Amino acid sequence: MKKYTYTDKKDTRSGFGAGLLEVGRKNDNVVALCADLVGSLKMNDFIKEFPDRFFQVGIAEANMMGIAAGLTIGGKIPYTGTFANFSTGRVYDQIRQSIAYSGKNVKICASHAGLTLGEDGATHQILEDIGLMKMLPGMTVINPCDYNQTKAATIAIADHDGPVYLRFGRPVVPIFTDADQKFEIGKAWMVNEGSDVSIFATGHLVWEAIQAGEQLAELGINAEIINIHTIKPLDEEAILKSVTKTGCVVTAEEHNRLGGLGDSVAQVLVKNRPTPQEYVAVDDSFGESGTPAQLMDKYGLNAANIVAAAQRVIKRK
Amino acid sequence: MSEDINKLERIASQVRRDIVRMVHACQSGHPGGSLGCADFFVALYFSAMERKAGFDIDGIGEDIFFLSNGHISPVFYSTLARAGYFDVSELATFRKINSRLQGHPTTHEGLPGVRVASGSLGQGLSVAIGAARAKKLNGDDHLVYALMGDGEQQEGQIWEAAMYAPYNKIDNLIATIDYNGQQIDGATENVLSLGNLKAKWEAFGWDVLAMNGNAMQEVVAGLAEAKSRTGKGKPILILMKTEMGYGVDFMMGSHKWHGVAPNDEQLAAALSQLEETLGDY
Repeated sequence: MKKYTYTDKKDTRSGFGAGLLEVGRKNDNVVALCADLVGSLKMNDFIKEFPDRFFQVGIAEANMMGIAAGLTIGGKIPYTGTFANFSTGRVYDQIRQSIAYSGKNVKICASHAGLTLGEDGATHQILEDIGLMKMLPGMTVINPCDYNQTKAATIAIADHDGPVYLRFGRPVVPIFTDADQKFEIGKAWMVNEGSDVSIFATGHLVWEAIQAGEQLAELGINAEIINIHTIKPLDEEAILKSVTKTGCVVTAEEHNRLGGLGDSVAQVLVKNRPTPQEYVAVDDSFGESGTPAQLMDKYGLNAANIVAAAQRVIKRK
Repeated sequence: MSEDINKLERIASQVRRDIVRMVHACQSGHPGGSLGCADFFVALYFSAMERKAGFDIDGIGEDIFFLSNGHISPVFYSTLARAGYFDVSELATFRKINSRLQGHPTTHEGLPGVRVASGSLGQGLSVAIGAARAKKLNGDDHLVYALMGDGEQQEGQIWEAAMYAPYNKIDNLIATIDYNGQQIDGATENVLSLGNLKAKWEAFGWDVLAMNGNAMQEVVAGLAEAKSRTGKGKPILILMKTEMGYGVDFMMGSHKWHGVAPNDEQLAAALSQLEETLGDY
């Protein structure tokens, strides 16, 4: 097992804030919008440096998505910022018609995704957003794993012509990817090469998968761990190459087991190479209030759950 | 002036013929609101708007228009074709398989003249505000126009946009409401009363003017007046009184022709009331 260490921990939303500032400096067409959550989305540095390229829309997310669509007409590259729940479910039809169907170059940037939003509870903990967004034709769906990767993704999506859903979160998590990484949309990242089981993880679950990999190594199980930061388009080649070697799969995500990464992987496998698969995901339920760690534990989304899933799926080979 | 008005009226007559023929040919679509707005579309595209030749989606250096109530696509398509965005023969494909003229307007098939999809109501004003913002960022002093339905005023997003634009001084925007008092289930007054629309929009901070949308001279004058009020710190809202089905006597003034196609006899009766001025497609 390749050793991953970290010296610093940060929230992925801060990676977004840093990336937004940098991409704003690189590209004059980048503009940003927010629906009354500037501090939560870490947009203050961008606003300070580019006050004329930032639009505060108030608590009116539907209007924000429409304005963003309109800004693309004239060549702007709008980044919208609000919580994942208000970035997706609340404005699904606006995204569907004015952005996705209209092919508009809007970057929907969504913080506080999943259970790790914590104490605010289920009203704000969306666990269905990956599914909602990946079903829209032409939508790119990205869920980076740490501060550095989120920053890199935020910068990279400006060069992609088309709508993007960028999902990140609130909790402080280890920074274990390179600061100067090149982020390639749709290209999975090999975290650890192994031969016994493939663990495909996205977002906050990537660090959990690394910890699981270390525990599995102690049990004599050599896990291959791949970071699927782009759920759509999915890196089918990397998935199939890995399962050809390992013969079984665990998918891990901070999302409902319905409609998330696991289902995307299953669809590739069932069509190309039927393979035993176990899901580490929320079991079709809403979340609740609690600390992020308590919630990840209660809903079965930590390293121990990945280890158990790996052991189960290996037996099914 | 009167010569110009006469020319516009002749175009509008042809657009109305196109509308009823398109809707008849596919036996679906929305003739009522389309007929009511024919004068507005013709005045807009053949008089008010400064347009460049050809079409590019960004519309930099020209006035641009957004149709929010996308179901009146027949009048939009006919006007675009008659204004030269695509060949009028393509109107025959309306709502048919493999057509660029979808039931509701879309950019998806690449139809020149359309800049965003619409049909699910309430979204167009927000998009127009964004485009107006982009024009300001680009230092482009051209205008953005938008048309909404009156029934559409029942959508919440309209009022989010209504609140945003005056506060942010979006004064390069002229939005119009097709105030025909009808929606699918009946009169707006009976379905969900709009109350005093003028007072509502003024209370939100818009510069509101009224015009008769079924008298070409008044539409041209109203749009000119609206234009003269741009650039003064407020977005402009035109309350445009129209009659659903205007120009075809048996279709006028009733919600029944909101989304119903004429049969062969009704088509013949309608066309007998509308002069063929530019040649049918």
